[in-house]
Amino acid sequence: MSDRAGLGDSPLVVEHEARPELRHHFADVVQQRNAASLGMWVFLATEIMFFGGMFCGYLIYRREYYPSFAAGSKSLNLWLGALNTAVLICSSLTVALSVRASQLGKRRQLLWLLWGTIFFGLVFLGVKGFEWRDEYVHHHVPTFYFSAQDLIRENPNLHIDPQATKIFYSLYFSLTGVHAAHMVAGIGIFAVITFMAWKGKFTPEYHTPVEIAGLYWHFVDIVWIYLFPLLYLIDRRPGA
Amino acid sequence: MATTAVSSERANYLNAEYGIRSWLFTTDHKRIALLYLISITAMFFVGGFFALLIRLELLTPAGDLLTADTYNKAFSMHGQIMVFFFLVPSIPAVLGNFLVPMMVGAKDLAFPRINLLSWYLYIAGAGLYIWCMMSGGVDTGWTFYTPFSSLFSNTHVVEAAMAIFIAGFSTILTGLNFVVTVHRMRAPGMTWSRLPLFVWSHYAVSLIMLLATPVIAITLLLMVLERALNLGIFDASRGGDPVLFQHLFWFYSHPAVYIMILPSMGVVSEIIPCFSRKRIFGYSFVAMSSIAIAVIGFLVWAHHMFVAGISLYSALVFSFLSYLVAVPSAIKVFNWTATMYKGSISFSTPMLYALGFIGLFTIGGLTGLFLACLGVDVHVHDTYFVIAHFHYVMVGGAVLGYLGGIHFWWPKIAGRMYPEGWGRLAAVVVFIGFNLTFFPQFIVGYLGMPRRYWQYPAEYQVYNVLSTAGASILAVGYLLPIIYLLWSLRYGKVASENPWQATGLEWRTASPPPTFNFDETPEVTWEAYEYDTMPLPEEVTLER
Repeated sequence: MSDRAGLGDSPLVVEHEARPELRHHFADVVQQRNAASLGMWVFLATEIMFFGGMFCGYLIYRREYYPSFAAGSKSLNLWLGALNTAVLICSSLTVALSVRASQLGKRRQLLWLLWGTIFFGLVFLGVKGFEWRDEYVHHHVPTFYFSAQDLIRENPNLHIDPQATKIFYSLYFSLTGVHAAHMVAGIGIFAVITFMAWKGKFTPEYHTPVEIAGLYWHFVDIVWIYLFPLLYLIDRRPGA
Repeated sequence: MATTAVSSERANYLNAEYGIRSWLFTTDHKRIALLYLISITAMFFVGGFFALLIRLELLTPAGDLLTADTYNKAFSMHGQIMVFFFLVPSIPAVLGNFLVPMMVGAKDLAFPRINLLSWYLYIAGAGLYIWCMMSGGVDTGWTFYTPFSSLFSNTHVVEAAMAIFIAGFSTILTGLNFVVTVHRMRAPGMTWSRLPLFVWSHYAVSLIMLLATPVIAITLLLMVLERALNLGIFDASRGGDPVLFQHLFWFYSHPAVYIMILPSMGVVSEIIPCFSRKRIFGYSFVAMSSIAIAVIGFLVWAHHMFVAGISLYSALVFSFLSYLVAVPSAIKVFNWTATMYKGSISFSTPMLYALGFIGLFTIGGLTGLFLACLGVDVHVHDTYFVIAHFHYVMVGGAVLGYLGGIHFWWPKIAGRMYPEGWGRLAAVVVFIGFNLTFFPQFIVGYLGMPRRYWQYPAEYQVYNVLSTAGASILAVGYLLPIIYLLWSLRYGKVASENPWQATGLEWRTASPPPTFNFDETPEVTWEAYEYDTMPLPEEVTLER
């Protein structure tokens, strides 16, 4: 969601430096790059507040209904969640390397790394979709034939409130759903970046779009790094 | 450059290009400001129509003009339109858009296309809201409190909430543009301590827009999910917590009050020194008090919830913090007053609005302290006292600042002077109409008339008749500027570069400015508000 500096030409471009990516209202490319980068950081601050509202609700209800949240958490597929965490960490690596490749002007390497990022993003969404399907089959999707009876049966020692587990799953689906929407947006952004790289738009002097798209991608990863322990690892002690 | 300048007239942003496409696809911050000006004015009159319905219904004690259900919709849509589609974007999206780049000496905002996108998001949100209104409207009050909004209301809650969700992103993008522009686009020599106070207040308001608006977005999204999918997050009967909704809602909506008032304070900080011919008193205190309001404003939200069942201890803390936020507001009022002291004051139209602002904002702010007091709040909560209080801040403060700013910068925006006599008349009419409308509401609220009812005991009628009479005077005061400002576009006296002899970079370029604002990037070597070295303006010297 940052300014895609250099994606097109304004009709009002004034020529004052032979740099095609320099927009008319900036004094030089350094100012343009700094503005784009700051813009993305500021946008990410708003994203923290956006997710923050849901995290706040999660923390309050987790404290209120701890046993139900722990039981709900245990019903999630730990291994698929861990696999997805690994997938996203790999994608962050390819993003970091792609920024480096664009700085060095290695176009082929850049393209491979960008494709790798998109691939990991799609794998994440695929695994996540599989998990959601699994939860639907087990009647854990609120409103759609929701039932917490299996959790009550499996955790006879805990005081599980079906309504509270429903709140857990509501928050689980809201959080992972909004996160997945951000992943979809990220994949779209990286598709554009890949196209631009394929067109040879990036040079060692100009690679701001790769950097700021990378910032966004890392942010979406970090959100998952918090979501994974909060949702999957509430209480994983054996026999608890 | 794609200019088609007429030989007799200097090329400016208005005549640079012609045709509807040159406006709808413009990335010029000044043209986008005008697009915003037209669209928010339209929304203002839609919201004003509902205000008219409310005032007509309350003219008589019986519920005779509207049914109770229709009345619920009228005050809900009045509030939502005025807050989300008029007050929040008003000064930032119109005057801020026009002036922030010029005041810092830049050619445009940092992200011109994002600026245009923000206008389209506003239009999408406003369009969806109008559609929601046409298809039956919404009756939740502007606050969308659960579980009424999520479980019981049979109106178009989802559409209204999504319209506000979309418009919220328009606000976020405007704030993002301002922050990056102020950080990265300042002209050589334009240090932070030389920034006009208008820019400081817009910087502060951008911080609020950026950090508070996403929270209302996610809150409304959760409420919509709750309603559509029957989740139970905010429903007490199913383990959820309606007070959590109120916390999240006011975490945005209290700072949103500062989104509305801070830009007006910026406008007043420009007008007062100019028409007092004096440097602003205590520049750094006025600048820092904007930041202080933005920061403390985030920590006071639960004073809307003293009777909602929050703990006494948190109520005490929030009450204390609410008193604290009055300190930076008072610093501003004292500094404006000190600026005028021994100044050479002329009562031009913008100055009349600014003086009205100071008086009415002071009343609005001080009655806010009554409401922050735990004991008094229990007595006047949800009465017309609250209505009067926040209208003194939002209308007496924010709208008067907006009108003052429109008049002050009209020569720069349009290149023409407005008729001064009509301007002063309208300012006085607005002031009288406003006070007649809302002062009786303090009294009737203190006597116990609750808000949001379509009928009331006969003993309150005299106050309501006064209020309705005042509202019709106020409406005249709003219509007058529309007429004479449009008239001035063609018949007004051609404005010089700097008709008020004001300081500030926006007055050192042509009126109207060229597309890139300045013929040469300015180099700033002076402090803001150096009125001691400025000559007196011709127009006002005669009247002093």
